[in-house]
Order: sequence, then C-alpha cells, then structure tokens
Amino acid sequence: MAEQMVQRTDEELPQPAEDASSQASNGKPGLDSDDYTGNYHVYEPFQVGLPPMRPYLRELWRRRQFALQLSKTKLRAKHFDTALGQLWLVITPLLMAFVYFLLITVIRGGSRGADFFAHLVAALFLFHLFSQSVQQGANSIVGGGKLILNTAFPRILLPFSSVVWAFRRFLPTIPIAAVIHLIVGVPVGWAILFVIPIVAVTLLIATGVACFVAALQVYFRDLSNLLPHVLRIWLYTTPILYTADQATERGLGVFLWLNPMAPVIRSLAATVDHQELPNATVFLGGLAWGIGLFVLGVLFFISRERELAVRL
Amino acid sequence: MPSGSENGYSVDDGYSIVVDDVSVTYRTSVEGRPTLQNTIRRLGRRERIVREVEALKKVNFRIKRGHVYGVVGANGAGKSTLMRAVTGILPPTEGRIEVKGRVSTLLSLGIGFNKELTGRENVVLGGLAAGLTREEMADKYDEIVEFAELEDFMDMPMRTYSSGMYGRLAFAVAVCMDPDILVIDEALSVGDARFKKKSFERMKQLCDDDRTILLVTHAMGTVKKLCDRAMWLHKGEVVMKDRSKEVVKHYTRFLEVNEDDELTAEEL
Repeated sequence: MAEQMVQRTDEELPQPAEDASSQASNGKPGLDSDDYTGNYHVYEPFQVGLPPMRPYLRELWRRRQFALQLSKTKLRAKHFDTALGQLWLVITPLLMAFVYFLLITVIRGGSRGADFFAHLVAALFLFHLFSQSVQQGANSIVGGGKLILNTAFPRILLPFSSVVWAFRRFLPTIPIAAVIHLIVGVPVGWAILFVIPIVAVTLLIATGVACFVAALQVYFRDLSNLLPHVLRIWLYTTPILYTADQATERGLGVFLWLNPMAPVIRSLAATVDHQELPNATVFLGGLAWGIGLFVLGVLFFISRERELAVRL
Repeated sequence: MPSGSENGYSVDDGYSIVVDDVSVTYRTSVEGRPTLQNTIRRLGRRERIVREVEALKKVNFRIKRGHVYGVVGANGAGKSTLMRAVTGILPPTEGRIEVKGRVSTLLSLGIGFNKELTGRENVVLGGLAAGLTREEMADKYDEIVEFAELEDFMDMPMRTYSSGMYGRLAFAVAVCMDPDILVIDEALSVGDARFKKKSFERMKQLCDDDRTILLVTHAMGTVKKLCDRAMWLHKGEVVMKDRSKEVVKHYTRFLEVNEDDELTAEEL
C-alpha cells in the first residue's frame, strides 16, 4: 500500500539545475576518500574489523588539538566553582598520600619513617595517573553521548583525551613529590632522569587500558560501578604500600609480573628512593606490558568504534 | 517499490547524496541498559534477548547538488536516524550511502554541546571535532557569534542558555562551517521570527552557491517555501517522494485524517 504510493509519485521530475552534472564531474570520487572529511564518503554496513588505517590515522592526527582542548576544558570546568579552585589539583593527591601514610602507620604500629612517606608519595602519584586515566576513559564514550551522536570523528580521541586529562592533573604533583623528597633528605642523582621513560611506560599502559574499558563500558554499563573497586585492588597488588621484597617474602612474587603496573612502580622506587637505575629485566617487563596493552587496547577500540554510536 | 530504480546512480551524475536501500537497525537489549549481570544471567539461560529496532527500512533517495530536500514524518519515523546515517555517524545496517562534499550537521540535540561548558568552549570543541584547525576556528568564531547574536553570553555555561539561544548558536555554527552539504534537523523551530527569517536567507544564499541542504522539520511552511523536493517517512519506510508541495499536501491530509497513527493507502 505504501509502496503503491511510492510508485505513483516517484517519477523523477525534470530537474531545473541541470548544470549540476558538469560541476560534479571535476573531482573524481575515490581519490580523496576517507571516513570523516574530504570530499567523498561512502558509508557501508559495519563489520567488526579495522577501518583503512592510513586515512584513520591522518584524521586522528588532524584532530589532535581536539583531544588536547577537551582535556583542558574539562580540567578547567571541574574546579570552576570551588573556593580553592585549581589548588585542589595539588591538595587532593597530597591528602590521598597522607591518608595512606596514616593507614599504614596505624596498622603497622608506627615503624615507618619519613623515607617511606617519600616513597609513598611518588608511587601513589604515578599510580594515580594510571587509575585516573582508566576511570575517566571508561566514561569517555558513554558520557560523550551528544558529541558522538552529532559529529563524525575518530572516537578514540575521547579515551586519548582522558589520558591527557589525567596527565595534566599529574604534572603539578611532580614538584610536590620533589619537594617532599628534598625535605625528607633523599639524595638526588642523575638516575632521577629515568623517571621520564617510566612515566612514558605508565602512559602506554594507561592508554591501552583506558581504550579497552571505554569500548567495554558501552556494552556493559555495570563497569562504571565495578571499576573503582578493580582499581583499588589493582593498587593493593602493586608494591606501593609495601616493597617488592616484602611481596616476594610472602610468596606473592608472581603478582610482581602479572600486574602491569608492578614493574613500573618497582622501577620508580629504584630511581626515586635509591638513586639507582632500575633493574633492566623489571623495566623491560613493564615496557613489554605497556606496548602490549597499548596495541591491544587501541586495536580493540578501533575495531569496535564505528558500532558504538548504534549502542549509545 | 520500483525495484532498484535508484541503483546505479552515483555522485558523479550531479548528485550530492545517494542513499541506496539503506536500513538501520538499533540493537538494544530489553532491559534498556546493557549490563554485565543481565548478560551473565542470559548466558546462563542460553538466551539472547536483543530487541532490534528497525529505524529505517530500505530507504532510497538522492539529492541533486544545489537542492534543498525536505524530510517530513511523525515522531519515530526515522528522520534523525536518516540524518545520522547520511552524516556518517551511524553505519547503515544494510545498503550504501554515498556523499560528495564537506558535510556540516545541525542535529536536533545540538552539536555535542556539554551544558556545563561555556558557549565559547562548546563552539571551539565542536569545530575541532569536526576537523578544523585552531586557526580556522578562530577565523570563524567571530562570524558565528555575530550570526547567533550572542556576544554577551559566550563566556557563560550553556546551561544558562534559553532553548532559543541554544538553537541560534547551533544554527550559526552549522552554517558558518562553510559546508557543501548542510544537514539540518528540526532546528528552525527555535529562535524568534526575525532569526528565522535570517536563517532562511542564509540557507537560500547557500543554495545559490550550489550547496545542498537536507532539512528535517515539522514546519510544513518551511518545507513548501524552501525545499524543491521532499520525502515522507513513516515508521522507517518511505511513503512518498515528490515535489515538496505534493508531499506536504498528502502529509497534512494524513495528519488531519489520521489520529491513531495507522497508515493505509485508502486514507491517502
């Protein structure tokens, strides 16, 4: 019935703008074909799999400013109306370190000194970079609803932006950790520069996991409730509140390798607490985890991302 | 349906948009929100409850370059889904969409606006997400603000905006992106009469520049005045494609006759 209607009315009327065809023939389709901009697009059914990577990466790179700007804007909006404003970026991690220090001292009977506080601060801040990236990343797609439903762009920019956001929050904590180390009297040497590759590995791990959970949360919304607890357990299985040696003594040494963040924190402890280069095996273990998780997380995300809008 | 009558056309024949047998199916679980708990429970019972919502069924149409094409239909007809499919936001479940030209969208929800952020931040983020550089965005920014007439409000969070201001800003962003193809979803209903007139003129101007506009609206007057041709969608299916006056005539009659949303040929 409805179809009859179409038949009756669908004869193509003579078009007044016949000159259109002459203009259309200059710009060959296919030459400049990519998914997001450019002049020619073809949209076809989604299949799990990777899009053509060259145009994808090009579009990703073109919009790098978007990821940076989004993280910056979110950071500014977060503490916009609090009395202390951006000072919270410094106060929150300090309070967190203090709470854990108190906890450990109370539970273990005050046997821990200022050295341990310095270790705790550095390790917690670095772990915080990881956990904040993951937590923010998990919500980046589900929480980015309107942007995703109304603009076509590589969705992976959203979890990337979450990692940038966490990194921006991490930066002001570096001087705090440094000051605490100086006050406590931990000697400073060249080995401290090795912190840079350690942070880089942390970012690799954080990006991989953030992309993974960002896509996963679209399918399982419970993840947002589960994730804080997972991250807390993750924190406890990382040698932050205790040392790697203590873990080995108690037969928990296997976690030092199963947990991607453990080698990172161990390397950090070596450079920051003891002024020596990290054990090569430990650091390379962390690097391997980092590269592996980054590649897997990013590929998982990209292979799913064109379908995400349908499920929001 | 004139089977495959539209197949074989491509954007090379002077068309900006060619939509070929496109269906879009949303997959939603019955619970509304997909959760791990329910998935595990379902796996335990070895069942899969995925409700499929066919938002578009085998839709065909094409739009010549420089034309304004209207889409009308009741709520839930699939109009917004069609817009999203044409702009590449939703992949079609079946069929193929070919689009030639730079697309700028103005969809009913606004341009991904986050209400906690200021108007300025939203405009800049929207532009960057659409692929403009910071410099290009800076160039366009003043034009956008001027067109929207929101000079005094750009540094206020968008939750303080009225719906009219919201719509004006969204429209200004979309038309100032200098698109080859402008996709507009029900945005003309916001704004006062003067702004409506202004946006009319802007769209006319875009058409004169040989730009293509795909317009979704409930305002029949707008369709008659602006559109060359129009399509009437009902529950995901094309009921009619014709000159806009004809479509509006039939659609209006359908709306008057038909209160309970049931559609039969006799009533047309």
